[in-house]
Amino acid sequence: MLRYVIRRILMLIGIVFIISVGSFFLIHLLPGNITAVIEGPGASPENQAKLFKLLGLNRPIYEQYFVWIGNILHGNLGTSFISQTPVVTTIGNALPIDLEIMFLSQILAFAVAIPMAMRSARKPDGVIDRFFSAGSFTMLSVPSFIVIILLVLFVSIKLGIPHTGPSSYVSLRGDWIGNLESMALPAITLAAGSFVVYFRVLRSDLIATLQEEFITMARSKGLSQRRIMWRHAFRPSSVALLGAAGVNIGGLLAGGFVVQYLLNIPGLGYTLIAAINTDDYLLVQGIVLVVSVGVVLINFFFDFIINIVDPRISRE
Amino acid sequence: MLELEEMALVERPEKKKPLGPLFWLCVGWIALNIFGAIFANVLPLQNPLYQNYSAINVGPSLHHIFGTDDIGRDIFSRIVYGSRVSIAVGFGSMVIGFGIGAPLGMLAAYRRGRFDTILTTFMYILLAFPAIIATIAVLSFWTPRSVFKIILVIGLASVPLVYRVIRTATLSVATKDYVIAAKVQGAKDRRILMKELLPNIAPIGISFLLIGIATVIALEGTLAFLGLSVTTPTPSWGNMINESRTVLQQNPWLAIFPSLALCLFLLSLNFIGDRLRSHFDVTEVKL
Repeated sequence: MLRYVIRRILMLIGIVFIISVGSFFLIHLLPGNITAVIEGPGASPENQAKLFKLLGLNRPIYEQYFVWIGNILHGNLGTSFISQTPVVTTIGNALPIDLEIMFLSQILAFAVAIPMAMRSARKPDGVIDRFFSAGSFTMLSVPSFIVIILLVLFVSIKLGIPHTGPSSYVSLRGDWIGNLESMALPAITLAAGSFVVYFRVLRSDLIATLQEEFITMARSKGLSQRRIMWRHAFRPSSVALLGAAGVNIGGLLAGGFVVQYLLNIPGLGYTLIAAINTDDYLLVQGIVLVVSVGVVLINFFFDFIINIVDPRISRE
Repeated sequence: MLELEEMALVERPEKKKPLGPLFWLCVGWIALNIFGAIFANVLPLQNPLYQNYSAINVGPSLHHIFGTDDIGRDIFSRIVYGSRVSIAVGFGSMVIGFGIGAPLGMLAAYRRGRFDTILTTFMYILLAFPAIIATIAVLSFWTPRSVFKIILVIGLASVPLVYRVIRTATLSVATKDYVIAAKVQGAKDRRILMKELLPNIAPIGISFLLIGIATVIALEGTLAFLGLSVTTPTPSWGNMINESRTVLQQNPWLAIFPSLALCLFLLSLNFIGDRLRSHFDVTEVKL
């Protein structure tokens, strides 16, 4: 177990290093001279030279990287050229909104997927299973930006439920009922994407587990169906589910970006797209860095939980 | 997680299901879409860029079967033209992804040893961060955006995933008796890779390819929806839906028809891929 954890941590450090190098070099993808891009067209050569020096671009590239990473390790992601606010502050304001959406959506997704998978697995290829499976397969082909558009069309425009439409985000600090209302559609959209994956993974694992001998044993002891499902079959079947949840975080992010963009919810996704449209490159770089590292950490965390659920994995 | 995936590839007992009429319906739908995309210029369609100000936001009618958008462009013809971007990006980036990822994956699984260890570790590191962030990041800096750049970025981003699937598939074949027999007979590596391994991993490869194309098309749609794909006025399914955001209330058709076109296309691809996979008796791998 300890060896496994150490190996994973070494890998984690490698991944974070590669992410940091990748984000650092992003800014070099900009066409032409960076100073010209930042100062806009018509900037005088003197000003450009000044900025060139100010940004430390005259130094060798590896030195630039170490200065940059040193600043980041001190919690300094730079100050936006556009809004003059530190990138860390902007990200700090936006991040809780993403976390709230993710949290709500995952609760919803698991609450729907687990009972459905259990119901399906009880009689594989039965009517209910076929219906659920066909439905989840269809849902798999509906990208989240279409789910949210359709939800807005029907829930906020047709039914006219308050705080659900674009530009009607209510902050959690103000009024929490309004906040929940404005978080409902984003959470449902992300949950719709996740629950399909969870349902399919858990269903096929449950079907396999239910054929094991210890289940037959439990059945012959006369235990109830419900008890067998929850106490005996669920835990051995949940490894792949946790794995899927870890991998799914990437999909959640994309879904989060989309809903925030459509509904003008000021989370990281909305901020990122706004930053891209205003050429606020430092902010884009900062968000990319924070989000990628976050995803990697979450994956690491899920790997860890999987090991607790099924210690055989770390022993190979 | 490596072990889990290798375990997931065990074959099911023989049970061939027929492909069924729904399968062929999906194939037909894909073929029809590709036909439309290729021959959009020749087909009797209205100009997708022509703005008819006397017909703004009209609903479906005989003249415009899907209606018109907020500046009077024909939605049906924009959808047909829009399929070009999606199909080009979907197939183009998978050509890049498979072109690089598949040979590397086969070679690594066949050779094993240090080459495999280093390459696999590297690919797993790349896999750790989500493709969506990587593509958004690169595309936001690498302006101006064009179909070619999008294909290149998504294609490269898909390499680690293709590598992993093909490597896992090859691993399960590479230790089979007939491969060892071929080796003992003194067959060249190239021959074993092309004649023994390739035909046996092709079914998994093809079904993953189809599902991969669907995933890429959804990704391009997401990028276009966020305004990070081809620039307007070039129609694409994603940016049509993006344009509909501001007029959702007045003209829901502008959102509904491109969404339907996209979902049906993705559903068909996924269905074909899934059917082929169960037809060739491979249990579900987490793709």
